[in-house]
Amino acid sequence: MKNLYLIYAGVFFTIAFSWGGLVLSSQIQQAGLVPVASEEGGQLYPRKASGYAIQGKDVYISQGCNYCHSQQVRPAGMGGDIARGWGQRSTVSRDYILQDRVLLGTMRTGPDLADIGGRQSSDDWHYLHLFDPQITSPGSNMPSFRQLFELRRAGATPSKDAIHVPPTHSAAAPAGYEWVPSERGRNLVAYLRSLRLDYNSPEAKLKE
Amino acid sequence: MSSPSVQNILNRHNPLAEGNLSRVAQIDRSLRSPVVFFTVMAALWLVIGSIFGVISAIKLHIPEFLNIEALTFGRSRTLHLNMVAYGWSFNAIFAVSIWLMHRLSRAELRNGWVPILGGIGWNLTLVYGMFAIAGGQMTGVEWLEMPREVAPVLGVCFLLIGLWSVVAFSRRQTTHVYVSQWYILAAMFWLPILYLVAQMMILWFPARGTVQAITNWWFGHNAIGLFLTPVGVASMYYFIPKVLGRPIHSYYLSVVGFWTFALFYNWAGIHHLLGGPVPVWLQSAGIVASVMMVIPVLVTAINFHYTTTSSQAWGAIWGSPTLRFTVFGAMNYTLSSFAGSLMALRDVNAVTHFTNFTIGHAHHGMHAFLTMALFGAFYFILPRLAQREWPSAAMIHLHFWLCAIGTIGYVVVMSIHGWMQGMQWNAAVMTPAQIAAAAEPWNYARTICGSLMTLGHIVFCAHVLWMLAPRAEKRQGPTLFAR
Repeated sequence: MKNLYLIYAGVFFTIAFSWGGLVLSSQIQQAGLVPVASEEGGQLYPRKASGYAIQGKDVYISQGCNYCHSQQVRPAGMGGDIARGWGQRSTVSRDYILQDRVLLGTMRTGPDLADIGGRQSSDDWHYLHLFDPQITSPGSNMPSFRQLFELRRAGATPSKDAIHVPPTHSAAAPAGYEWVPSERGRNLVAYLRSLRLDYNSPEAKLKE
Repeated sequence: MSSPSVQNILNRHNPLAEGNLSRVAQIDRSLRSPVVFFTVMAALWLVIGSIFGVISAIKLHIPEFLNIEALTFGRSRTLHLNMVAYGWSFNAIFAVSIWLMHRLSRAELRNGWVPILGGIGWNLTLVYGMFAIAGGQMTGVEWLEMPREVAPVLGVCFLLIGLWSVVAFSRRQTTHVYVSQWYILAAMFWLPILYLVAQMMILWFPARGTVQAITNWWFGHNAIGLFLTPVGVASMYYFIPKVLGRPIHSYYLSVVGFWTFALFYNWAGIHHLLGGPVPVWLQSAGIVASVMMVIPVLVTAINFHYTTTSSQAWGAIWGSPTLRFTVFGAMNYTLSSFAGSLMALRDVNAVTHFTNFTIGHAHHGMHAFLTMALFGAFYFILPRLAQREWPSAAMIHLHFWLCAIGTIGYVVVMSIHGWMQGMQWNAAVMTPAQIAAAAEPWNYARTICGSLMTLGHIVFCAHVLWMLAPRAEKRQGPTLFAR
């Protein structure tokens, strides 16, 4: 093995082979996947995300949420994803076809979020959880994301945006002030609530 | 340490004696500036990157530690990965591969300013990329977190640096081609292709749905497997026989090892997506390739094993800093690769996937194997370039033990805890907060092990800078562990 061109021919072949086999083949396979309706004329799934949710996804990425939270549900028989109620079915390729950036994740320091919008449908829960995870999930090792909230002077009546931090909390707003989510915070929660696995896909049906 | 043959072997460490071979000295002189530049950059990134690793580790048991937005866990952890990957290991590999390739080709580097120019561009771009990550301009794609505009610059800089391996090979003055040269040539060819395709298909013109994830792990696993690992293997293939003064056990085995490595490693990355929303046949292919990796790893291990045992020079292996680090790396290359093959098995992966087990495995490969092997290479290379010995045997001792205990401790802690974590998630009995609470003692242990490694890196970096300092006094004779 002394010939540079022969070495490079072999080396090129090995990488072209794996790229063709793994990447190109799946691109061809997925090109035909489109959103489908479960009944004729019905809503197409997966849904298109709302503008707020799309902006919220940027917040999700910039805070690095995906390093502790995956967005994929493994099938029953592989791990406890279904048993934990992280989804009523496993996720399949079709669920991701409308996403500009796919955030499957590789680590679960915390739970999977593929269906977090289905599990936790209250805005208030999400805001309090982001403000300080200890309020909603005592013992969690998730940090607080105080940067997504603003301390604002309260009017005569509390604004409807104000989040309900327990008055005994060490970071509770002083008298005359209230905590409200910033634009980023609102978008992030819109994104989290948009993560729902509540539809049938031809490849995977919801549990009855 | 008294047997004369051992002393003979160790005396080969004497760079000043070797410096008399004028041809070799001439080549080393031509390599001095670029290799020293990359080594210093690598050492600095290693220290900063490790500190970010420790910060991230502490955050797992003290969530509010340094909790400002720029250092939130998702960012500090990403800074750690990018600094040690692109800062430490890439710079270190540039240094080692340039030196190895020119030495093995008996060629001088005639245009040393070109790789230095590429290196300055590379490192400045990294600094920009790190500030972008801290500022939240992350892409969310593992191993490609820096904003996409860094890609063209990094790509050009890589070519300015990597090209010289090919040039040196083309200008070679030798009739024989050594196994290390194949690995380096292949690595310098594979990485630009991987990077170009991954950037294009994920960040510039995103592929459809989970094809992004497939491309991501084709790239991520292969950046390690087809760039970092081959140069690490090349380095071990060079230094083990070199310092022992013995030929490699089998040329034939090294050919088999190289081509099976090239064929199987390429397909293995898909094991990061087992159970995920990707075609099942791909997952099976990934499992098969990962298990087949046993062949190249075993072949390489046999080659190293017989090269070292046939020398019977155990004292030399223990007494030479280069060999002690390199053999430590070689043993962990074998162990971590076998562990990787096991982790790709479906039933094992169902537990270890998404847990600390995987993170432990990543450090087993990147630190216990690659980083330790690269340290070994530097202990050999730098004295020859600086024409000056390492100032302190005690510092090398300290460096070795801090890193060896830290890295093995880390892998053990993460493997045990990762397995427990996987069982806890899968049993679906404990709540997420209970699982986090159960992790606490393990997270403390992880911080301690990570801190040991970091201290070792600080010792190494300080030693490099001390040695290169213009006023450092010259030591006579090689710096060895033996007294």
